[in-house]
Amino acid sequence: MPEIRLEKLVKRYGDVQVLHGIDLDMAENEFTVLVGPSGCGKSTTLRMVAGLESVTEGEIFIGGSPVSHLDPKDRGLAMVFQDYALYPHMDVARNISFALRLQKRPKEEIQAKVREVAEIVGLSEFLHRKPGALSGGQRQRVAMARALAKDSDIFLFDEPLSNLDAKLRGQMRAELAIMRQSVQKNMIYVTHDQIEAMTLADRIVVMHGGYIQQQGPPEELFKQPANKFVAGFLGSPPMNFMDVDLQEEGGIVVARGDGFGIAIPAEISNQIGKNSGKITLGIRPSDLNYDPNAAEDRALDLQVIVSEYIGAQSVLLCSCGSTNVTVELKSETPIALGETLRFAVRTEGIHLFDRATESAL
Amino acid sequence: MKAHFLNRVTPYAFLAPAGVIMVIALLYPLGYMIYGSFRDWDPSQNISETEFVGIKNYITLFFDPAFHESLSVTLIFAGSVVIAEMAIGVGLALLLDRNLRGMSILRTLFILPMMIAPVVVGLMWRYMYHPTVGTFNRTLKSMGLQGVDWLGQNALLSVIIADIWQWTPFIFILALAALQSLPRSALEAARIDGATPWQQIWYIKLPLMMPVLVVTGLLRLIDAFKVLEVILVMTEGGPGLSTEIVALRISRTATEFRELGTAAAMSNYLLILLLILTLAMLAFTRIQEARTARLARQVQEES
Ligand SMILES: Nc1ncnc2c1ncn2[C@@H]1O[C@H](COP(=O)(O)OP(=O)(O)OP(=O)(O)O)[C@@H](O)[C@H]1O
Ligand SMILES: [Mg+2]
Repeated sequence: MPEIRLEKLVKRYGDVQVLHGIDLDMAENEFTVLVGPSGCGKSTTLRMVAGLESVTEGEIFIGGSPVSHLDPKDRGLAMVFQDYALYPHMDVARNISFALRLQKRPKEEIQAKVREVAEIVGLSEFLHRKPGALSGGQRQRVAMARALAKDSDIFLFDEPLSNLDAKLRGQMRAELAIMRQSVQKNMIYVTHDQIEAMTLADRIVVMHGGYIQQQGPPEELFKQPANKFVAGFLGSPPMNFMDVDLQEEGGIVVARGDGFGIAIPAEISNQIGKNSGKITLGIRPSDLNYDPNAAEDRALDLQVIVSEYIGAQSVLLCSCGSTNVTVELKSETPIALGETLRFAVRTEGIHLFDRATESAL
Repeated sequence: MKAHFLNRVTPYAFLAPAGVIMVIALLYPLGYMIYGSFRDWDPSQNISETEFVGIKNYITLFFDPAFHESLSVTLIFAGSVVIAEMAIGVGLALLLDRNLRGMSILRTLFILPMMIAPVVVGLMWRYMYHPTVGTFNRTLKSMGLQGVDWLGQNALLSVIIADIWQWTPFIFILALAALQSLPRSALEAARIDGATPWQQIWYIKLPLMMPVLVVTGLLRLIDAFKVLEVILVMTEGGPGLSTEIVALRISRTATEFRELGTAAAMSNYLLILLLILTLAMLAFTRIQEARTARLARQVQEES
């Protein structure tokens, strides 16, 4: 269960640079999730670790030794692909046992192993079916079983759940979370689904445009995003951003925007010091509470444009001056479209970003 | 109602010209041949003047040692060229299925032989096989080796080599297409599972290509049974009967021996053989389709 280290990893396809120096340390038995928008280089990073893509520059270390010159088979890892990559001409048992059969393990051992992992993923009845005769969820389990059977130290997943429907995805996610506790292995998991990332990860790595934006435990990334991109990427509905001017008004710093002014708590304003002027204010929908009696310098007055009913909560799209702001509200609250409501801002929920560099202040 | 009728009839109306041409160009000669095979028929006679002899032509052929000889030459020829072409064509495809620079030019070069007219191929090889001035023997002699009696003692082998040269590209193209449509990720999974390049070929690539290869092989076999021009130009069936394939014997029976009825009967034997092969090919694809359909149904019923 070795640690994995990526050092200044660079990938170029011809003149196109896809990864710009990825530095990443993954501790033993850590579940690392790579997230980011489409095309940000998650799969490329994972496939370089697997040995399916060559390394242009930099180095990959597994358990301390460089591996970028090794074949995939010599790196001691197992991988679950997005399209499952099952062998269509082999039945489930033979799919699962392929790696073991190549290693020429004894027959009884192979059979026992196949039964064991088939039991874990709940495929025992289907051992003699071909992949063509399985549903999407079952194929997904075969892919998982095949990876488990290998007994390798490192597990790689490339969007393993993205081809499943929403209900099955939730179910498989829960099963993965359970399996994750019993299987002590290094896992690297690629997804662009932030719920998967938040629920499964020990460490989330947010990527964008071939750069790592921030990495750390899910809670840290959610509470202290390093920049505007990470702040906007994690969390659903996404964080609201508003352009504001920081002004000193009678001893307190106020973030003044189009139609509102919010007092910035002293501990934050002290921290950012004289870095005043034009900045971006970020507030998550969950940090805005409907409160008609809130003080004016701690609240936003929002005019409701659209209300999306999604069960117990409704998501309201509102306008605040010239910007749009999303908020969440209990569905039973009676509101009318076009009405102006006052939402209190939780002080812990105030995030400030430099408008030019977009990094957190 | 009327529009509905028109809608149903229109496709047939458009198909009709092609249908007429097919009946005239295909079915009429075929019927003529089958009819003729039951008659004692000399080319100088009009078919209506000929005498009906029942299945005499077929029986004569059945016991005719020359026909047996010709049939066995055909079987040996077809069998060996198909096996050799499959092996070489698939092998080349496996070798060249990679993205190296210049590979597309190489692939184009490989398929050139297929584009040359058979008569030209025959002439070319006949020249190269020439005992004294031919390319092969001159090369052998310049290396101090004995020349080979290509179109004499080794005539059958020589025509087999020429056919392999001409038709391997056909297998190569189809095998390459099959290879490139294989699921990429399954091959990557095999690499991670620890398969060496040979094991990938043996356990993943070949089994997945098999349906295409079977159909390709059968197509080639059907074609090999009908080959005529190349052998006609190279050896005219000789020496003796050593390269006289059935197609050649049919043409000789009709022109030299002037027995159109027997020639027609022989054609029908060949036709039956080819029909069996074609049916085998169709049956194979049908079975494949039925199998995938059944699997898909099974999944649907469960969900
Ligand atoms: N073979 C290739 N040649 C050129 N560019 C490539 C190649 N493969 C990938 N890329 C580029 O590399 C970038 C990163 O691709 P990658 O597959 O890693 O994205 P991703 O983060 O996995 O996205 P997704 O979420 O859509 O899977 C993309 O912009 C893509 O266009
Ligand atoms: Mg990807």
